Amino acid sequence: MDNIAGTKSSLTWAVHISVAALVLLWIFPTLGLLVSSFRTTDQIRTSGWWAAMFPAVQNETLRAADPDEFRVDLGEGRFMVEGNLFVVDGQVESAEDVPAEISVWGTSSRAIDAYLPGETADLGDGETMAVQSNGDYVWEGDDDQISGRGQRVFVTAESPPEFTLANYRNVLFDPGNREGMAKAFFNTLTVTIPATIIPILIAAFAAYALAWMEFPGRALLVAAVVALLVVPLQLALIPLLSLHNAVGIGKGYLGVWLAHTGFGLPLAIYLLRNYMVGLPREVIENARVDGATEFQIFTRIILPLSFPALASFAIFQFLWTWNDLLVAMVFLIDASGDTTVMTRQIVELMGTRGGDWEILATSAFVSIAVPLVVFFTMQRYLVRGLLAGSVK
Amino acid sequence: MNPALQGLITIVVGVGGCVAYFYFSNQFLDKVLYPSRGPNAGRNINRANAIRPWLFMFPAIFALGLYLAYPVFETLRLSVTSRSAGGAFVGGQNYARMFGEDKFWEAVRNNIMWLLIVPAASTAFGLLAAQLTDRIKWGNIAKSLIFMPMAISFVGAAVIFKLIYDARPEDVAQIGVLNAVYLQLGGESPITWLTVPFWNNFFLMIVLIWIQTGFAMVILSAALRGIPEETVEAAIVDGANPFQIFFKIKIPQIAGTIVVVWTTITIVVLKVFDIVFAMTNGQWETQVLANYMYDKLFRANDWGMGSASAMIIMLMVTPILVWNVYNARKEMR
Repeated sequence: MDNIAGTKSSLTWAVHISVAALVLLWIFPTLGLLVSSFRTTDQIRTSGWWAAMFPAVQNETLRAADPDEFRVDLGEGRFMVEGNLFVVDGQVESAEDVPAEISVWGTSSRAIDAYLPGETADLGDGETMAVQSNGDYVWEGDDDQISGRGQRVFVTAESPPEFTLANYRNVLFDPGNREGMAKAFFNTLTVTIPATIIPILIAAFAAYALAWMEFPGRALLVAAVVALLVVPLQLALIPLLSLHNAVGIGKGYLGVWLAHTGFGLPLAIYLLRNYMVGLPREVIENARVDGATEFQIFTRIILPLSFPALASFAIFQFLWTWNDLLVAMVFLIDASGDTTVMTRQIVELMGTRGGDWEILATSAFVSIAVPLVVFFTMQRYLVRGLLAGSVK
Repeated sequence: MNPALQGLITIVVGVGGCVAYFYFSNQFLDKVLYPSRGPNAGRNINRANAIRPWLFMFPAIFALGLYLAYPVFETLRLSVTSRSAGGAFVGGQNYARMFGEDKFWEAVRNNIMWLLIVPAASTAFGLLAAQLTDRIKWGNIAKSLIFMPMAISFVGAAVIFKLIYDARPEDVAQIGVLNAVYLQLGGESPITWLTVPFWNNFFLMIVLIWIQTGFAMVILSAALRGIPEETVEAAIVDGANPFQIFFKIKIPQIAGTIVVVWTTITIVVLKVFDIVFAMTNGQWETQVLANYMYDKLFRANDWGMGSASAMIIMLMVTPILVWNVYNARKEMR
């Protein structure tokens, strides 16, 4: 139907361009973080991440080696200094490591693009300078000319895009790094898995009862679940923390698991009930006629049939618990900080290492990576769950 | 104990416990309490079936009651008592103190701005994306990419956008896109965007709009596909142009879904905490209610005022709560 409306070809290209622009706009921010996490501290400080994709063009002022030390006597009053400009500058160890390629160079600040690599510059009175694209140079002249300080050379060098894994090594695998993410990563995992699995089971039984069992007060309970769906969990913080302290759970994993279970239940019950109501009535009634108990019907028929809804909720709950900050801060993280989760760790880094983007970007991407993988592999279920939860 | 091991044990105990509870309570009901044999078999089956739903629902009702329903009333109680006075009833004093604070009114003002702008912008962008991507071949890939921020945590998004808003001294290269573009366009000196009062709120809102647009798009895209073809075909036959078809034929038919998307995002906005907490922590006039509440509860340790502000959030959610319940009841009939 859209195709019919879209047959106006003049509009089609406009649609393509608008969608492309929209998509670019939406992935641009994430891309920035991803690219930054693969750059070195120096690169991040000196140029925007968007420049990392292209060869970096830099103007540099380099100097030939000190003539008094390195000059070679060629006889007949001629002297020469030979070497590599980047090695002299201390940027690299040897001429083989030079990352950059010189595109133009010059010997005067007024004409920094006077010569191409391989050309020889005439500095007057028989003094010459030749520079190759990798920075190798030959500087020749008489005793007077090849003395004092090394000849200045202005080069325009192009270095190819360069990326490093050092940030990830530092953030994830360096045991000496107290701000590393390895521990927080496992803490987050420890919070997430039980907090995802437990509510599913509890909710599935309740959803079955609400969907397929007749009893007084059922409608009221469904309404209550819908109401609790929007109750802000902010209200629960103090009362439940007091409760946890009173019964001796205190701050810790058990508390955060229980809290996530409680907060996740309304959505779980709501999603699963909506799905189960839609299952074919005949299947369930036939099973009842055949003498199956309700428990058998639930475990053998309802649960397997509800797999898509179970998967939807599992993804929601996983994303929500993995990305959560508030519940973890209130119910889990104590003064010792041993149980800190990734979100909390990142907020802390934003305070203490605000300008160190290589650390921030890498840490943030470590925490984002897992949800992104889940998102792209399980997107189908996520979309299905969203539709079941919202469109009615 | 190693937390990972503890987690494993919890999973086993939690899941095993749940399964055991459901299994044995059913067995008990069917075999011991009301056996479906003997002289009273018929009556027993009926009784067992009357009790069973409650067996199935007990863990859920217990958890919901304890973790969501009870706190509403407990918070209400806390908001009219004073912790420092040993929990004595103080009436509206906490509320009065809160209403006297400038920071509170700043939070309310900002929250209202968030409520007006974020749902509207997310829904509009989502609708635009849904309509456009539905017409092209690579629409599904485009949708995936626009939807992706849904999976990113608010904290992660805060880092992402802090990099965009980054400002460096005038004489060095800008690494924040916004300042780089601003200077390219002739701006005089880099701006620290998050510290510009009033406007910084919008820079924070953009983060949430960026996240929520994908959600709106997915839902609205499904709704657009559900529109009966005949209505669109009839409009084409009558000579309507694409814009007329969109605004006069399609939008009215998905109005219900738009409302659902709008209210869902509104609820997200009311609870927004992480973004503000991570990016500005309410400084430079960016306070919002949820962060204000966190401040009062855990920094100032003032449970009375914290609970009072939580009740304000609850109050703002209530109309949506009532509306949702009303709709759900209508459907069940």
